Amino acid sequence: MSLAKITASALAIAAVSASAAAARDNIQIAGSSTVLPYASIVAEAFGENTDFPTPVVESGGSSAGLKRFCEGVGENTIDIANASRAIRDKEIQACADAGVTDIIEVRIGYDGIVFASQQSGPAFDAFVPSDIFNAIGAKVLKDGEIVDNSYNTWSEFNGDLPDAEIAMFIPGTKHGTREVFEDKVLLQGCEDTGAMQAMIDGGMSEDDAEDACLDVRTDGKSVDIDGDYTETLARIDANPNGIGVFGLAFFENNQDKLKVATMSGIAPSTETIASGEYPVSRPLFFYVKKAHIGVIPGLKEYAQFFVADELAGPSGPLANYGLVSDPELSATQEKVADEKTMGESM
Amino acid sequence: MTDATAPLPSSSHRAGSSSLMEYDAGTRRRNNAERRFRAYGLAAVAFGMFFLAVLAVSIIRSGTPAFTRTVVQVDFAMTQQQFDEAEKSLLKTKVYSGLFISALTAELQERGLDSTFDEAAIERLLGKVGGTIREYYKANPAKLGEPVSFSLATSSRVDGYLNGRVKRDTLQDSRFLMASDLDLVDRLEEAGIIHAEFNWPFLTGGDSGVDNPGGAGIGVSVVGSFFMMLVVLVLSLPIGVAASIYLEEFAPQNWFTDLIEINISNLAAVPSIVFGILGLAVFIQFMHLPQSAPLVGGLVLTLMTLPTIIISTRASLKSVPPSIRDAALGVGASKMQAVFHHVLPLAMPGILTGTIIGLAQALGETAPLLLIGMVGFVARGYPGGFLEGFVEPNSAMPAQIYTWAARADAAFYDKAWGGIIVLLLFLLTMNIVAIILRRRFERRW
Repeated sequence: MSLAKITASALAIAAVSASAAAARDNIQIAGSSTVLPYASIVAEAFGENTDFPTPVVESGGSSAGLKRFCEGVGENTIDIANASRAIRDKEIQACADAGVTDIIEVRIGYDGIVFASQQSGPAFDAFVPSDIFNAIGAKVLKDGEIVDNSYNTWSEFNGDLPDAEIAMFIPGTKHGTREVFEDKVLLQGCEDTGAMQAMIDGGMSEDDAEDACLDVRTDGKSVDIDGDYTETLARIDANPNGIGVFGLAFFENNQDKLKVATMSGIAPSTETIASGEYPVSRPLFFYVKKAHIGVIPGLKEYAQFFVADELAGPSGPLANYGLVSDPELSATQEKVADEKTMGESM
Repeated sequence: MTDATAPLPSSSHRAGSSSLMEYDAGTRRRNNAERRFRAYGLAAVAFGMFFLAVLAVSIIRSGTPAFTRTVVQVDFAMTQQQFDEAEKSLLKTKVYSGLFISALTAELQERGLDSTFDEAAIERLLGKVGGTIREYYKANPAKLGEPVSFSLATSSRVDGYLNGRVKRDTLQDSRFLMASDLDLVDRLEEAGIIHAEFNWPFLTGGDSGVDNPGGAGIGVSVVGSFFMMLVVLVLSLPIGVAASIYLEEFAPQNWFTDLIEINISNLAAVPSIVFGILGLAVFIQFMHLPQSAPLVGGLVLTLMTLPTIIISTRASLKSVPPSIRDAALGVGASKMQAVFHHVLPLAMPGILTGTIIGLAQALGETAPLLLIGMVGFVARGYPGGFLEGFVEPNSAMPAQIYTWAARADAAFYDKAWGGIIVLLLFLLTMNIVAIILRRRFERRW
């Protein structure tokens, strides 16, 4: 029967390709969608400039990437996890439980988080953290009391801001960006407005108060965006009053559509972020599985290539795309060259 | 219908007042109902056609910029010494583009263009040219030292300016493009150095880094999709047809086959992401098949397509009249001969239609590929050979489109629309093949 023949040849093809697949020759990377653009620039240049094949870089968020990273050691696991936040102790533990004990942490530079709105929308051009907290915190301090947030417009709590409806689009919880947004903006705003002190005075423990500060209102004035910045941009495009949270590089690429707000009086730029003046910035990392060095061809070379001055330095293509280069890059280069794992570098 | 069962008016009255030539109230009502129903149907069709037209127009309008590209065409010469020196550096492509930029700036200054500019301005106008130049000289070392005419992509913003995406009045000065650069672009266009041409690299190339929209192409992911479809076809057609023939023609009717039937119907409704998770767990983590490989993508999509094929094959087997089977069995054919010689050929058009629908569905699927590593930056280039095509990392068309749509540079958005056009053409080709095959197999009885 010809049917039997087709089936047999299909199985044969499957078998042959499965055996051909025994050795993986490309680097497999996954993780933060904030690091993805930089990683794709480096991966392309790595493929063009070396004899190694171009690495495969997947997205999916810092947490998802680190989770896959910690699945174990072997060709069927990823070699590098990109992250827009440092690895957590819990994740290091999970890694260790799965046999991933030697991890090299590589800091590639800094990324600024900016607040931007439609070019033709109301004049949102200056914020302080307390404005953001008042706008989207679940419970805020109003007339000396902690109450459920009932603000509808920005001018209700800050007369300098436009009389426009509150509509914020913030990164969802799977994004590493959310963490820095919570730490540097919400928590700061909570402290600045006195809401945190009021909560503690009201009988909460400090930890509980901190958690309560990070709760955002759920009445639709603040929307979690789980997708990429393009999704946030589409929301802003559709809503003149919308304020979105973006990475600096994304904003710079879309300056004709977006206008950026200053934070505590500082305009975000590569310079103000590098100097630390602009408050909302965070380091970007990738994590290398040391056990894969020497097994997966080009893994160490890729890590070294990434942090080389020609790429991650101030005049390299990464900085040109929007990465704020790390002033201590040479220390990172040494660390990668010596394959120093996280425990050793402490 | 209601009229038929409604009690008739008294026959004497009826006989007196109506004839077959005249419309009475009931007939008029029924005729009106029919007319209304026709109008609804026509409205529904018009509604569908309207949205189809809107969709087609918007796709074509948004997608066409992807098929043209703006290039800088100049002669450029490189010496052996420059080549050797460039090859020694770490980021070689940057050295090449630096050489090219200096050469171009010098040449333009010599020509005396009516505009002031420096190397930085020229650098902003150009895309990532280093890779193309290096590739050329590595392939043609004999050309070193003599002038070669290069057509190199300009930056995405210059491209956008010339096809209307970037406007002079909304342009914000940035390190990507200054308003003053636009004057230079205009001068260069007048001088014939910058011009638009058909974007072949878009059709033949692979993915590129986020800062290099000019180098992005869909070709490699078309090949990825092709290999996946091959796996799906080769596995799901025989398995699906064999399963349905057994279930329809040979299997006894009992609770066990009923259970199988219910499960197959349910399987057809399972969200595709579930198959992705299954693929990750079974094919990659358990069977250790390679990540990001069209083989694994094809296997996952096979699981997804099988129920569709089984259901449509069973339906078309059922639609073959029992008299055909009875006649074959009556002249002494075995059950198997009856099925394979008589029933199957008659059911073939339906089976093919079901298969193509299943394949088309699989072709457009992104969700299951998310988890097996085919969505993201996969720029491995064309596979080395036929067998390698199954296992070397590759993307698929819908995955590539999704990746582009998520990128910051608006030029990638055009590419995504262009990719959609290519995907639709691919689908159209598949459907035409299906129609031709169906015509050839079609038999009347």
